[in-house]
Amino acid sequence: MQTGKKLLAILCLGTMLAGAVTGCGKSGSSAKEIKIGGNLEMTGTGASYGKSSQNGIKLAIEKINGQGGVLGKKLALSVADNKSEAAEATNAMQKLISQDKVVAVIGPSISSCVIATTAVNAGAKVLDISPLGTNPKVTVDQNGKTRAYNFRTCFIDPFQGTVMAKFVKDTLKAKKVAILVDNSSDYSKGLAQYFEETFTKNGGTIVAKESFLQKDTDFKATLTKIQATNPDMIYVPAYYQEVGLIVKQARELGITVPMAGGDGWDSAKMPEIAGKAALNKTFFSSLYSPEDNTPMNKEFVAAYEKAYNEKPDVFAALSYDSTLLIAEALKKAGEVNSAKVAAAMAEIKGLEGVSGKVTFDAQHNPVKSAFIIEYKDGKQSFKTKIEPK
Amino acid sequence: MNNLKKQDLKILCVCGVIFAIFQVLLYFEFIDPYWEANIILILINIILSVSLNLINGYTGQFSIGHAGFMAVGAYVGAIMTVKLELPFVVSLLAGTVSAGFLGFLIGIPTLRLNGDYLAIATLGLGEIIRICILNIEYVGGASGFMGIPRITNFPWAFWIAIFIIFFIKNFKNSSAGRACLAIRENEIAAETMGIDTTKYKILAFTIGAGFAGTAGCLFSHYYYIAHPASFTFMRSFDILTMVVLGGLGSMSGAITGAIVLTGISAVLADYPEWRMVIYSVTLIVLMLNRPQGIFGSKELSRKMFKFGKLGGKIHGGTAES
Repeated sequence: MQTGKKLLAILCLGTMLAGAVTGCGKSGSSAKEIKIGGNLEMTGTGASYGKSSQNGIKLAIEKINGQGGVLGKKLALSVADNKSEAAEATNAMQKLISQDKVVAVIGPSISSCVIATTAVNAGAKVLDISPLGTNPKVTVDQNGKTRAYNFRTCFIDPFQGTVMAKFVKDTLKAKKVAILVDNSSDYSKGLAQYFEETFTKNGGTIVAKESFLQKDTDFKATLTKIQATNPDMIYVPAYYQEVGLIVKQARELGITVPMAGGDGWDSAKMPEIAGKAALNKTFFSSLYSPEDNTPMNKEFVAAYEKAYNEKPDVFAALSYDSTLLIAEALKKAGEVNSAKVAAAMAEIKGLEGVSGKVTFDAQHNPVKSAFIIEYKDGKQSFKTKIEPK
Repeated sequence: MNNLKKQDLKILCVCGVIFAIFQVLLYFEFIDPYWEANIILILINIILSVSLNLINGYTGQFSIGHAGFMAVGAYVGAIMTVKLELPFVVSLLAGTVSAGFLGFLIGIPTLRLNGDYLAIATLGLGEIIRICILNIEYVGGASGFMGIPRITNFPWAFWIAIFIIFFIKNFKNSSAGRACLAIRENEIAAETMGIDTTKYKILAFTIGAGFAGTAGCLFSHYYYIAHPASFTFMRSFDILTMVVLGGLGSMSGAITGAIVLTGISAVLADYPEWRMVIYSVTLIVLMLNRPQGIFGSKELSRKMFKFGKLGGKIHGGTAES
């Protein structure tokens, strides 16, 4: 029986391979540049997010380096692929921190991936900023304590409810509002709750509050009930599949009042489902619009289109802003020290980005402006920007 | 037989030395945390590929639902540690036993199928397990099971992997193992010889599934999170690729496959755009040149080095052991 020797040999081979593998890949960071890590979704289900994010970060770094860099050094980007998966994201974070020696990390954008990586970057005291991780647990742990080294560039979901309530009150001048909520989604319930709170506080009345479930297709009974209360406007914070049908059926019933929702409405499928004409007079809140006309955004969109031949999406814009935030935190910290940079990041107030001015609150969520987008003949057009407070 | 045991002991000693070397390297940080993470991932993948090799390679039942059993082990282990606050050993055992039990239950109806049909059935079952988990709020549903402490470390992963390698090696040499090999070679002939084929197929399937559960438990206790997206059929294919690349029916092959593929993926981490391309090209080239896998169905041995070439014959899947 040779099995014993075989096993021995296998193990030797294994050790050799592992040894060979461990030997390579050590790279020292040069003193002339500051390395920023990108823990991005380059492959897998979120591959398009990662690509846009990388484009946005590269553009921001080019701009910052063009202006002389930070602390007299140039910024450089190291990207690690997290395959849109939580365990790989942890590996990628480990690689960026221990091999590339980055001072701060941008990404991932998928909430579950960020939450998986928090232990790694917190353990190494390296700052991480997630462009689009909207889950509250990204910056707050199970016990409700703020994670010292985790930030995000997007506002969390409930904030959209607050913003829309302001818009409805101030711009649409509506006084009586009906709410139609998707009871099977936390996202929808959260938005509705914050909308109601802000709207009633500002003197509005909620005349009807109805609910439905995901995958429902017939809303006519509910809509007729709402119609009877004669509202000035209907708020439907849900995802586009149901929303499309709701808008369509409401218009068929002769409900002509404006309708509004959150970023779940943002889909190319909306005009197909609801019909272009039915979508007129509908609005939704969003994190970013390339049509915003601040000089900074115009410059960004022009540079982005020139470099990549397409309009920047929300991932590109928020990753761009994330990079600016890190650069600002580095300047404030005054030295390349991850822990100090994280502390400086929490202190940032009113930093101008392409998606609005960013100030972090106590839970490391940005307090920033939201965008209201209007559907006009099936096309999204930028309506207005709502500043917080 | 005595000779065999002596050799086992010798190998165990060698394992101990290898372990000591790695521990020292880790202690003095010659191996940085990134490679430590990859070594642990390699060990977990070794457990997965070796256990799948038991089902696919030794018993000849083409199963591609391994990620499902891994998920069961990962979640059950996590529940034990986080919700019930039991020690890690209990979590590991519970993960192993529950995955094995599920394998047993699933094995009874599905192992009546063979070839492509079994493959499709197991693929479906793996997905069913994942979708079920996705809809259980108790374990976090779609957002995953969070807040699992990192308990898995190099010693845990290393000794569990060694234990499982020895277990499967000895199983293969036992009468049950030889029955499994007979089933692989020719099911009808085996049945004619008086082997209860269903019993041994289920036995192999249960053991394989159970060890996948162990790997899953180690996995979730290393990555802080158990997430349904980590256990898609893509992971089943990854494990299958390791086994086939190394050589179906060869323990050395399964281990090498796990090391090579995990290693390639880690080394190429600097080139995210090219990682999957290079990875795939490597597979294509290997499969074109050695369709029977790196080792074929042979094991690594001194004899192999004497001939200077890894298995000369270009036909896979004969019983050489």
